[in-house]
Amino acid sequence: MPRKDADRLSLILLMTPLLLWLVLLILLPHLGIGYLSLREKVAPRVYHFSFANYIDFLHEPIYWNTLLRTAWMSILVTVLTLFVGFPIAYYIAKVAGRRSRAALFLLCLVPLWVSDLVRAFGWMMLLRETGIVSGLLQWAGLSSGPVEMLYNDVTVIVGLVYTVVLFMIVPIVSTLDGMDNSLIEAGYNLGGSRLTVLRRIIVPYAMPGIVAGCIIVFMLTAGSYLTPVLLGGKNSMWFTEQIYDQFITRYNWEGGSTFGILLLVFTSLVVWAGLRLSGQNLATTVAKR
Amino acid sequence: MSSEQANDLECEHLTKRFGAFTAVDDVSFEIPSGSFFSILGPSGCGKTTLMRMIAGFEDPAAGDIRIKGRSVLGTPPNRRNVKMVFQHLALFPMMNVGENIAYGLRCAGVGRSDIERRVRDVLERIGLPGVEGKEINQLSGGQKQRIAIARCMVLEPDVLLLDEPLGALDLKLRERMKIELKLLQHQFDTTFVYITHDQSEALVMSDRVAVMNGGRFEQIGAPQELYNAPGTAFVAGFVGDSNRWSGRVVAADAEAVQVETAGGARLLCRPGALRPAPGEAVEVFVRPEAIAIAGGGAGEGAGGNRLAGRVDSLLFNGAASRVLVRGADDRLVEVAYAPEGGPGDFGPGDAVELAWAAAQTKCFPSQG
Amino acid sequence: MKSTRAILLSASAAALVLLAGTGGAEAETLRLLTWGSYAPDKIVEAFEKKYPDIHVEVTFSNNEEMIAKLRATGGAGFDLAQPSHDRIYAVQKEYGLYKPLDLSKIDMSVFEPKLLEGVKANTTIDGKVYAVPHQWGTSGIMVDKTKAPDAKGWGDLCNSKYKGRTSMRLKRTILLGTAFSMGYDPFAAYGDLKKYQEILDKVADKLIACKDNIKAYWKGGDDLASLMLSGEVVMSETWDSTAYRIYNQNHNIVFVPPETGALAWIDTFAIPAKGEADDAAYKWINFVMQPEMVKLMSASSGAVIAVKNGKDMLPDDKKAAYEAAWTPEDVQRLKFFANIPPGVEDMEGKTLEKIKAATGG
Ligand SMILES: Nc1ncnc2c1ncn2[C@@H]1O[C@H](COP(=O)(O)OP(=O)(O)O)[C@@H](O)[C@H]1O
Ligand SMILES: [Mg+2]
Repeated sequence: MPRKDADRLSLILLMTPLLLWLVLLILLPHLGIGYLSLREKVAPRVYHFSFANYIDFLHEPIYWNTLLRTAWMSILVTVLTLFVGFPIAYYIAKVAGRRSRAALFLLCLVPLWVSDLVRAFGWMMLLRETGIVSGLLQWAGLSSGPVEMLYNDVTVIVGLVYTVVLFMIVPIVSTLDGMDNSLIEAGYNLGGSRLTVLRRIIVPYAMPGIVAGCIIVFMLTAGSYLTPVLLGGKNSMWFTEQIYDQFITRYNWEGGSTFGILLLVFTSLVVWAGLRLSGQNLATTVAKR
Repeated sequence: MSSEQANDLECEHLTKRFGAFTAVDDVSFEIPSGSFFSILGPSGCGKTTLMRMIAGFEDPAAGDIRIKGRSVLGTPPNRRNVKMVFQHLALFPMMNVGENIAYGLRCAGVGRSDIERRVRDVLERIGLPGVEGKEINQLSGGQKQRIAIARCMVLEPDVLLLDEPLGALDLKLRERMKIELKLLQHQFDTTFVYITHDQSEALVMSDRVAVMNGGRFEQIGAPQELYNAPGTAFVAGFVGDSNRWSGRVVAADAEAVQVETAGGARLLCRPGALRPAPGEAVEVFVRPEAIAIAGGGAGEGAGGNRLAGRVDSLLFNGAASRVLVRGADDRLVEVAYAPEGGPGDFGPGDAVELAWAAAQTKCFPSQG
Repeated sequence: MKSTRAILLSASAAALVLLAGTGGAEAETLRLLTWGSYAPDKIVEAFEKKYPDIHVEVTFSNNEEMIAKLRATGGAGFDLAQPSHDRIYAVQKEYGLYKPLDLSKIDMSVFEPKLLEGVKANTTIDGKVYAVPHQWGTSGIMVDKTKAPDAKGWGDLCNSKYKGRTSMRLKRTILLGTAFSMGYDPFAAYGDLKKYQEILDKVADKLIACKDNIKAYWKGGDDLASLMLSGEVVMSETWDSTAYRIYNQNHNIVFVPPETGALAWIDTFAIPAKGEADDAAYKWINFVMQPEMVKLMSASSGAVIAVKNGKDMLPDDKKAAYEAAWTPEDVQRLKFFANIPPGVEDMEGKTLEKIKAATGG
């Protein structure tokens, strides 16, 4: 009996921080935001329960267009990040020696060492019309005049890929790490070409890591703020910018909360659809070692 | 060369180095079609490295590899008609049994209906019909083993390489699989190259065995040859059980060599290919079953070796039971005995005399 | 079991001690919520030297975030804030973020009377004054004289002569400036929101058409400075202080008060409703309005302090930039931002979204 009690107590002690974290930092704020989003302001300091904020969203094409645009660009960033990150992850997990492995990991961490703002300004210095890349192009004779590479969607996407690529690499490396090299060798031995081995053995094996990486990258991208705002052009709107504007510029906390909930729901839907389409489910993704 | 005799696999002066370390050192051998060839050696001696060179995963530093008479040095692994059963089998966990077996056929561009038929056939031949739909983790150890072999055999390879495939199995299953492997090899009539560090696996299954040590082949021969006529001290010690003494040659003639052991006993032995000169250090080997044991009185066996001692203990192990006898030099000698119903004539502490023929005693110059 | 409980108890005891420790600091703390350059280290040090028992804790912010922060706590967490004069009235009415000032605790004699009266008029509710001025500046345009010699007003930002070479910040200032340049008086329309919406719609049309002319919307002072200094942009909407800073590096780039009048803002002192160090706050106000501190402040922020002859307290370089920009007539034409009535921020926000979302133009 006492043994059991002690076990239960230690379990409770272990779980408490996790539960506190879940409840205080995740559940409560979302409940608060959900509650706010269902209030409609009818007069100064007078609010009613209503779905007006959600209806407003539906009636304003600017809002849902921005949400769709954000989702599409985030999907694009996710796909590009996968294409960039997978070879790097494969190299780190299967090709690199132990020492260069650590170095490569550190290299991938570099983007995270500096703040979002500094990173964005770095890109601006590189890509602006009078910036380094433009200068190099002219110097090399590849361009007759200055080239503006800032303020467009391509720049936003490149900047985002650069920022989030680590979050794709880490989960893929950790699944590939668990893969016995002899599976790959068996793939070749039985007559597989490089492409076959990649497609039928390596990628399926890494699938849990790929899915986890894609979810993280998609969520991070859809929720990012500074990179799209600073690098984006005159027409580019990111949904988080809308949320910021609602909360901060327009003092419209009710609208901002609505947008926050919508972003959460919509990105979750996209993730769910992605899992369905790729035939994966969250349990195998997270639970597989 | 290949015209004289159909060899499925020939290796010539094969060498592999990792940095300054030579893992495989000038190894040559040839394997006739349809035979079961084993490479036996302690772990770390270079067996896997040798096999990986044959499969194409390592490039040899020197030498040549020929399959069906044609050199495959420039051929990538996926073009060599040599299939491999990996140490941990390497069945693909993301595919079911049928897909695992079909993988190679699909790579080869075999048609869909053909694949289905051939998968069904090979599963029947290995005695597991109808398991196509099972997942890999639903199979038992022995079944996985057979699926791994089927996955290779369905491709009709020239040579099948097996890298210690029984290592992960429990003892009982291992004993059964030994026999089954041999039967499978007969059935498929394909050349098997089997790697193991377990001498009994090698002896039971193989037509010929190569004993490997420190990157080199010590001896190649039929199991009986290795057992009865080991060519080196290493082979004598590694293959089968032996009693072993170190000593020095005191006299040598055409028939026999006389050795004085470190403990002072004098033993007559039959030298190997190299006749040791007087004064040279040698290792003397004799098998437990070659020794006759007699209680108290003198045994016969003229021109043989004799040793008096006391029974130290009896080790009962069915057909492989042993008596441990402590000789005058305080060394333990293992002697085989047939326990017909009980310990029989003697018990611990009894004085006994051991006798064995000089012809059964091998001696080799000490190595190193 | 027993030992586990003992550990738990001692852990919670330790936590309590920690909590108590953070609450009961001996020295009083003045938590200042202000703009980036409004609390230079030199002034904070001098203040803490004069009042050794007050510790100053500075949080940098801007108008919108100041309001959001105070709103989140109902006016707690800070002891002194510095919102612009036009951002107090509506916020106070709606959310009650500030407490009335006790003017007897402030040395009123140092203030420039016109600014003081202006702020008081803007921030008096039910006879109670909620803010006094601290420093003021304007928004107008910044022009590279060599490349755009005859730019005069907000409208020139959309002049196709400078296609792809102008910039602006997509916030309410440009809406108001453009409205003035189109001949409207948006401040007058604050009383009639329907009319104001009509103006906004016209402004939006104009700014959407203008998008093509614009290279990029700038987002902050550093951003703007690199656009101008690199020559990528020859004319931009700007804060005067940013223009003065750039003038120092390139005398061809000057601040131009638009012909319809530069838009002026006054950053104020206001005490949050749940501030806990009112005395320290008043001490800070009086302290930074002393002549020596005014000089330091002006040098740091580049803005004119709301004391008598504040312009003369500008450091020499900024004064030169100021004099290169302003004529007495320009000063006469200054338009102070009018109090934003409730609802206007929302209308303006929607208009800005519409402009941002519009493609091409
Ligand atoms: N890739 C490699 N790099 C360096 N040394 C290796 C490599 N592969 C094997 N070796 C070394 O070569 C020797 C033989 O290895 P291996 O062929 O695996 O032995 P076995 O299969 O007989 O146990 C071992 O000492 C091993 O450490
Ligand atoms: Mg091995």
